Amino acid sequence: MTRELRVVGTSVLRDDAIDKVTGAARYTTDLAFPGMLHAAILTSPHASARIVHVDLEAARAVPGVRAVLAGSDLDVRLGLYLRDKRILARDVVRYQGEPVAAVAADTLDAAREACRRIRVEYDELPAVFDPRDAMAADAPLVHPDLASYDHMRGVFFPKPGTNVAHHQKIRKGDVRASLAAADVRIEASFYNPPVQHVPMETHASIAQALPESRVEIWTSSQSPYTVRHLLSACLGLPHAAIRVHVPYVGGGFGGKAGLGLEPLATVLSRAAGGRPVLVTATREQEFNTTPSRQGLHSTIKIGATRDGRITALEATYVWDAGAYADYGVNVGRAAAYSGAGPYAIDHCSIDSYVVYTNKVYGTAYRGFGHLEVLWGIERAMDQMARKLGLDPAEFRRRNLLKEGATTITGELFTAGHGKPVECLDAVAKAIDWGRPSGAPSAPHKVRGKGIAMLHKAPAMPTYTSCAAVIKLDEDGAADVLVSGVDYGQGTYTVLRQIAAEELGLPIGKVHLTWDCDTALTPYDWQTVASRFSYMGGNAVIEAAADCLRQLTAVAAQALGVAPETIVCQDEVAFPAAEPDRAISYKDLALGYTFPNGNAIGGPIIGHGRFIATGLTHLDPETGQGRPAQFWTYGAHAVEIEVDTETGEIEILHIATAVDAGKVLNPLSCTGQVIGGVVQGLGSTLLEGFQFDDKGRLLNPSFVDYKIPTAKDLPRRMTPIFLENPQSGGPYGARGVAEHPMISVPSAIGNALADALGIDYTVLPLSPERVLLGIQKREKTP
Amino acid sequence: MVNGHMETASVPSGLTLLEFLRDRLYLTGTKEGCGIGECGACTVLLDEKPVTACLVLAVEADGCTVETVEGEAADGQLSVLQRAFVETGAVQCGFCTPGMIMSARGLLRRDPNPSDNEIVEAMAGNLCRCTGYAAILEAVRLAAVAVAAQRAAGPLTGETVGSQPAAETLMGETGTERRRFLRGAESTRKDGRR
Repeated sequence: MTRELRVVGTSVLRDDAIDKVTGAARYTTDLAFPGMLHAAILTSPHASARIVHVDLEAARAVPGVRAVLAGSDLDVRLGLYLRDKRILARDVVRYQGEPVAAVAADTLDAAREACRRIRVEYDELPAVFDPRDAMAADAPLVHPDLASYDHMRGVFFPKPGTNVAHHQKIRKGDVRASLAAADVRIEASFYNPPVQHVPMETHASIAQALPESRVEIWTSSQSPYTVRHLLSACLGLPHAAIRVHVPYVGGGFGGKAGLGLEPLATVLSRAAGGRPVLVTATREQEFNTTPSRQGLHSTIKIGATRDGRITALEATYVWDAGAYADYGVNVGRAAAYSGAGPYAIDHCSIDSYVVYTNKVYGTAYRGFGHLEVLWGIERAMDQMARKLGLDPAEFRRRNLLKEGATTITGELFTAGHGKPVECLDAVAKAIDWGRPSGAPSAPHKVRGKGIAMLHKAPAMPTYTSCAAVIKLDEDGAADVLVSGVDYGQGTYTVLRQIAAEELGLPIGKVHLTWDCDTALTPYDWQTVASRFSYMGGNAVIEAAADCLRQLTAVAAQALGVAPETIVCQDEVAFPAAEPDRAISYKDLALGYTFPNGNAIGGPIIGHGRFIATGLTHLDPETGQGRPAQFWTYGAHAVEIEVDTETGEIEILHIATAVDAGKVLNPLSCTGQVIGGVVQGLGSTLLEGFQFDDKGRLLNPSFVDYKIPTAKDLPRRMTPIFLENPQSGGPYGARGVAEHPMISVPSAIGNALADALGIDYTVLPLSPERVLLGIQKREKTP
Repeated sequence: MVNGHMETASVPSGLTLLEFLRDRLYLTGTKEGCGIGECGACTVLLDEKPVTACLVLAVEADGCTVETVEGEAADGQLSVLQRAFVETGAVQCGFCTPGMIMSARGLLRRDPNPSDNEIVEAMAGNLCRCTGYAAILEAVRLAAVAVAAQRAAGPLTGETVGSQPAAETLMGETGTERRRFLRGAESTRKDGRR
């Protein structure tokens, strides 16, 4: 079934860009309501302490203050998969930066002044900062009450009496025997520090408490329905009592996927008698209070035959969850079932532990654990190739998943999964893999090449669903309503393209509302996991088909012909054999009126939905099952030049191939690749939290925490898209949003090993770290 | 003068220009990203020079001209610079965009024909987490080239805000310049429906 596509697959420009280049786009902090108050948050200076006493009196006395709250005022627990968190710390603080008290006042200055006057008496408690230490039997417990916390059962397995929030096991074959029998073995350990998402817009929420415990919220969030659902659970309110609006969102990257400042804004508004309250995270709080990406300690053992076939892989992943589980437990789960890379491996054992520590907590971040585990796996693959004397690309080629192979959770790899081998070959070709680099630009510089694979599937509940509604306007144009959020990815433009394609409308006559509103726009689970174009796209296709059914029925009745004979295209409906009797969409959209005044039909509103299919819970003991709606595969190849005097790495060329299944919008897809690669460079070269020995974050600002700037671009970037269609994907498409960031560190680490002969195992590959490695080698005889 | 309008106000000495613009004049296009002059999201032109409005006191702007992103489009039409941002895919979440546009405007004001290095230098103080910068740098380059071509050929006609045909015209004229900051960008696309 081939059909010519008119709109899908073209670079339709984003209509939201017009609002954004003119300053008209309204983000949460641009909204203002009559009587709106401003909030400030007091955070903990200690990583672990008992709250002995909080004195709020002086704060209440500050002119303009309308509400002051501390944790003792609020006896509710929050959580996504594991309900372990408070709106404001109660009894104990578990990380430096944790909110302890908050003030709402007429002005932000007054709120901040009141916060300064709050007196908190702490009694410091033992703390634990390294998740490996936290696994020791005598480690201080971050959550002594873990046993009493509600959690998603059957999926997550917290271990009461320990700091383990979740332990994910993957067991396939007999890894111990296979490792023992392997011709060649390697073992290596790696580390990724925690990092921040750094959306340009920090977290911000406005809440207005209404009568009957109702509340209306405007928030910078990726997931309006999840905000509503979790608030409903923690406040004990019916869903309809909570209305969540999401205006334009200034970046998310996973950091705004769950519940953020909405609960605090809600309780402050209630305490202030229903005045609307705006809570905005300062940039320092964005680093130090709102969640980050978890750190990871990896230990990986690989066994292979002499001819380069991987026979066994054993990995232990110890995640630094920080003080609360949030998405971290699901990161530990997802990264485990992806935790051997995109390879066919018969014998595999993975233990992924998500471990509480007294640090700022982790959450989802673009790549959802995959950048971290593949930092280890893809570096280890190179070490194995070297030990075998094989070219790293050829070694990977021999072991990549191919049709008929099974993944480590027992999923059959089919033609509809895409082609990892083609991704590898495409990037290798792009950087002239196998040919030596050109001469370095100076005698003290050296060049090297590296390659790395990537893969990821959406990590989502087995029953994840979403819906789309399309309503036709008086002029025959279409309005698409969804509740996934376009916080920059470009999905709304893609959904408009899909609706235009399916309805036979020009793109200019398809609109998509930019304000999600749980009272008005239809359900979507969350905008995470690179699944919005896939699931939302399928829902829009179904909604368009529903519109066409309704148009067809009315047109058939109006024309006195059988519905089967009606064709809808180019904004008209007509009997296939009688194009001259066409009725325009405009004359059908609200119902058709006969010449005598009689009318039939009514406003056309189509409805479509999509639910994940065929997913299973993973077996708690073996991890076997089907976790993924689809997988996206890709690869990076990179050529670098290293300055051996300064330790600086320059990226000469990075080629990125992603098997997109179908490129729905080339401009947007290219934007995702370039943006993802540069964000990945941040994780590779620059970014990482630094803590002092008391667990205090030392670099919570742009002065001390650098992200890539326009000066840090590679000399050349080559995005490559493959189009091996995805079974079940809209037009064969699969998600590509997170993937370009994954494995950027691995490819560069491999290139660095090629250039210097040094295996770096810790990120970031800062000039300091690279130079220390060079100096250490020079001192070692 | 703010965007060509005379504004008169009495303000507290500690009020920043950013607060004045956003809270007093409701010019919320200018964003706050960090509050300490490190991210560039609040860039505006003060007497034609780019400044971070969070580090300037409102009283310091007394008697000066201030230009914000809201003043960039004229007569309901996007400026060439704004159109270049739309067309190149230089806008994703959009939160850094107003500051980016003002930094670029400041550059093009003092040098209508900047070199690639000058573009990078001028934009390096503005952080963006979504786009990876390449498209933004392309947009500035494209705008410079298009304005030069426009000067040579007389004004463009028939544009409207957001008009895609107009956008395509701009792209068509300068299409060869598009990929300068994304050298080698290519799409190896296979027929998805073999």
